Amino acid sequence: MNSSDYAYLSNYGVYTAMVLFAVAFLAHGIDVAFSVRNLEDKTQLDFSRTKRIGDLGTVMIVLAFIALFVAVIFRGISAQRVPWGNMYEFSITGALAFTGAYLYALWKYKIKWLGLPVAIAVLLTLGTAISILYVPSAPLVPALKSAWLVIHVSAAIISGGVFLLANCIAATYLILDRYESRGARPVWALKLPALETLDQLSYRLVAFVFPLWTFSVIAGAIWAEAAWGRYWGWDPKETWAFITWVAYAAYLHARVTVGWRGRKAAWLCLFAGSTFLFNYVYINIWGSGKHTYSGL
Amino acid sequence: MTTNIELDARSSFRWLWRQLTSMRTALILLLLLGVAAIPGSLFPQRTQNPLAVSDYFKGNPGTAKFLDQLQMFDVYSSPWFSAIYILLFISLIGCVLPRSIEHLKGARAQPSLTPKNLNRMEFHTEAAEGSLDSAEAWLRKNRFRIRRDENSISAEKGFMRETGNLLFHLSLILILIGVALGSFFGMRGDAIINVGERFINTPTSYDVISYGKLQSGNNLTPFSVTATDFKATYDLVTGTPSDFKLSVNTSSPVGTKEVSRIVRVNSPLTFGTTKVYLQANGYSPLVTVRDKSGDIKFQGAVIFLPQDGNLTSIGAIKVPDMQPQTGFVGSFVPTYDRTPERGSFSSYPEALDPRLLVSIWTGDLGLDTGIPQSVYRLDTSEMKRIGLKTLKLNETHDFGDGSITFEGWTPWVNLQIVKDPGKIYALLGSIFAILGLLMSLFTRSRRIWIKEVPDKSGVEVAGLAKNAAPGLENEIASLVKKMKG
Repeated sequence: MNSSDYAYLSNYGVYTAMVLFAVAFLAHGIDVAFSVRNLEDKTQLDFSRTKRIGDLGTVMIVLAFIALFVAVIFRGISAQRVPWGNMYEFSITGALAFTGAYLYALWKYKIKWLGLPVAIAVLLTLGTAISILYVPSAPLVPALKSAWLVIHVSAAIISGGVFLLANCIAATYLILDRYESRGARPVWALKLPALETLDQLSYRLVAFVFPLWTFSVIAGAIWAEAAWGRYWGWDPKETWAFITWVAYAAYLHARVTVGWRGRKAAWLCLFAGSTFLFNYVYINIWGSGKHTYSGL
Repeated sequence: MTTNIELDARSSFRWLWRQLTSMRTALILLLLLGVAAIPGSLFPQRTQNPLAVSDYFKGNPGTAKFLDQLQMFDVYSSPWFSAIYILLFISLIGCVLPRSIEHLKGARAQPSLTPKNLNRMEFHTEAAEGSLDSAEAWLRKNRFRIRRDENSISAEKGFMRETGNLLFHLSLILILIGVALGSFFGMRGDAIINVGERFINTPTSYDVISYGKLQSGNNLTPFSVTATDFKATYDLVTGTPSDFKLSVNTSSPVGTKEVSRIVRVNSPLTFGTTKVYLQANGYSPLVTVRDKSGDIKFQGAVIFLPQDGNLTSIGAIKVPDMQPQTGFVGSFVPTYDRTPERGSFSSYPEALDPRLLVSIWTGDLGLDTGIPQSVYRLDTSEMKRIGLKTLKLNETHDFGDGSITFEGWTPWVNLQIVKDPGKIYALLGSIFAILGLLMSLFTRSRRIWIKEVPDKSGVEVAGLAKNAAPGLENEIASLVKKMKG
C-alpha cells in the first residue's frame, strides 16, 4: 500500500468510528431515558430493563475507539510522522485521547452514564474535523520537525481530552444541581450518580491532568526556544495556554485552599475548560501568530 | 503624637501586607493576570508584529490612538500588566516564605497531640483486640511519623504534600528570576546575510538589535559565522518547505580555526549563552548595472524580501553613481508563471525558471536628504519611471541611459542571534515546578490516632484525610485487621 491508500483507509476508519459513535449515542440515550420501570415508587428503582442496551453502547464505544485508533495510526503511516501536524489530525487524535480517557474512567469509576455526553462530544469533534478541517496528508514544515512535536503535542492532546471530560462532568453537575434545587431529579436522571460524586470526579480529573498540562506548556517553551529563538513570546496560542493554566490553577486553589465545592467550583471548571476550547478553535483558525499549523 | 502616627502607619502597613499575602488576594491576582493577558492576544503587539500594529493605526486611527494610550499594543510590558504580576509575586513570596520556614520546623517536630474526642472524626472505629504496640508496629512499617504518648498514638503521613506544594511555588519565583535576568542582561538581534558572506558578532553587523536594560553592545560574545551553502527542500505538490539546511563555518573567538557546522530550524548554533537561529530565507538576485559607455556602476547581490509561500520577492536596486541617478523596483520570481488575472507570479519556491521583473526609475534617489531610507524600497517621489522589463537569466536590458543584466541569484538567510543568560534558571524552575506539582497532587496527607479505651480492653482508632483524599478508610481497615492478628 502506498501513502494515499493509507490516507484513504484512515478516512474510512474515521467514518466507521462516527457511525459507531452514533449507534453508541442512541443506545446510551435509550438507556438513560427508559431505564426506570417503576415510576410510582422512587425508593425502589429498577434499572435492569435497559441494562443490555446500555452495555451495547459501551461495546460500540470500545469498537469506535479501535476504529479511530486504526484511523489515527494509518494517518500517521500515510504522512510518515506523528499524526498531529495540523488541526484535522489534532482533532482526530484528540477525540481518540478523549474516548480513551472516558473508557479508563468507565473502568475505574463505573460512569457508564457519561457515555451519552461523550458520544455527542466526539461526534461533534469528528464531524467538524472531517467536514471543515480536513486537509490532505502531507509532510511537515521544518519548524515542526522535532522530537518535541511528539512530546509537546501529545501532552497537550491528552490534557485536552481529560479537560473536556472534566467539563462534561461539571456541566452534568450543574444541570442536575438545578433540578435538585427546584425539587427532584427527572426520571431519566435518577440513574446518574450523586452530586457529590460528580463534584469529586471532575476535581480528580483536573488534579490528575494539571501537571501534564503544565508539562505540555513547558515542553512547548523548550521547543520554542530551539525553533524560534525564545522560550516565551506571548504568541496568541501561548497566551491562551497560559490563561488556561492560570484558570485551572485558580480552580485547584479554590478547591484545596479556599474550600470551594459544588456549584461555584463547577462553574470555574467550565470557565477554565472553555479557555482551552477557545484556544483550540478560535486561535487555531482565526488567530495569528506562530502556531498557525491548522493548514486552513 | 508622632509615635501614634508611626504606630498607625506601621499597623496599616501590616494590615496591607496581611491583605496582600492572603490566599484570597493571591487568587484574585492570579485570575486577574489571566484576564489581563487576553487583550495581547486580540490586538497586534509591537514586539511580535510591528507591521500589523502600523496597519491597525492606518485602518482605525481614532481607536488605535485610544488603545495605544491604554498600552494595548504593548500589553506584556505595560505598567498595569507588570503591576499585576509584581503584586502576585510579592503576595506569593509573602505567603510561601513563612510557610516554608514553618514547614522546615514542622519536619523536626512531632505530630500534634491526640485530640480528646476521636468519635467526632470522619473515620472512627474501635478494635477490641488492639493494642498501642501492635498499632505502632503497623504504622512504623507503613512509614508514618509517630508520636507515642502514655495511652495514645498520633501518627501522620503525607508530609511531602506540603513539601511539593512549597517547592512548586518557590520554583515559580525561580522562573520569574530567570525571566528577569533574561530581560536585564539579554540581547537579541537579526542579520540578513547572503550565502558566501561572513557575519561577525559586533553591533554594526546587525540589521536590528535590541539590548536588555542592563546590557550594552560592548560585551557581545566574539564569534563569526560564514554561510557556505544553503539548501531548501520543498514538497513537489504543495510547495511547502520540508527542510532548510544551512552550512556554515564558525570561529569563536573570531580569527581562530574555523569549524564547519550545520544549522537547521530546530537546531541552532550555540556560543556560550548566545544562540544563532536560522529564521528565514529568500533570494538575492545578482545584477550588474552599466552606464551608457559600458562602465560598471553597480554589481552584486541585492537582498529581496519574500512576499508569499512561493517566494515571489520584492526589493530595490539603487545606483546613485549613474547620470542621472537610477533606481530599480524589482520583483524576483524563482519559478516564473503568468496568468492574465494575476500577472507574473512564482508558482514554486525553488529557482527553477527565475525571472527578474524591474521597473526603471531615474531622477533623485533622495539618498542625500539625511532621512534614513529602507534598502528594500525606492523613494520615487523625485523620480520618473522610464521603463518596465522582465529579464531572463543572463539577459541584458538597455534602457537608454545604461543597461541592467540579470546575472543569477544567491540565497540569503536571516540569522537571529539571541543571548539569554536567564533561561537556564527558568528551565530549572520549570522542572522543579513540575516535580513539586506531582509531589503535592499525588501525595495523600492524612492522620491516624489510636487511643486506649479507658477501663476497657482494646483501642479506639480514628483518621482524618486532608482534602477528602480517598483510601483512608481502607488503610484504617487494614490497620484494624492487623491488630486483630
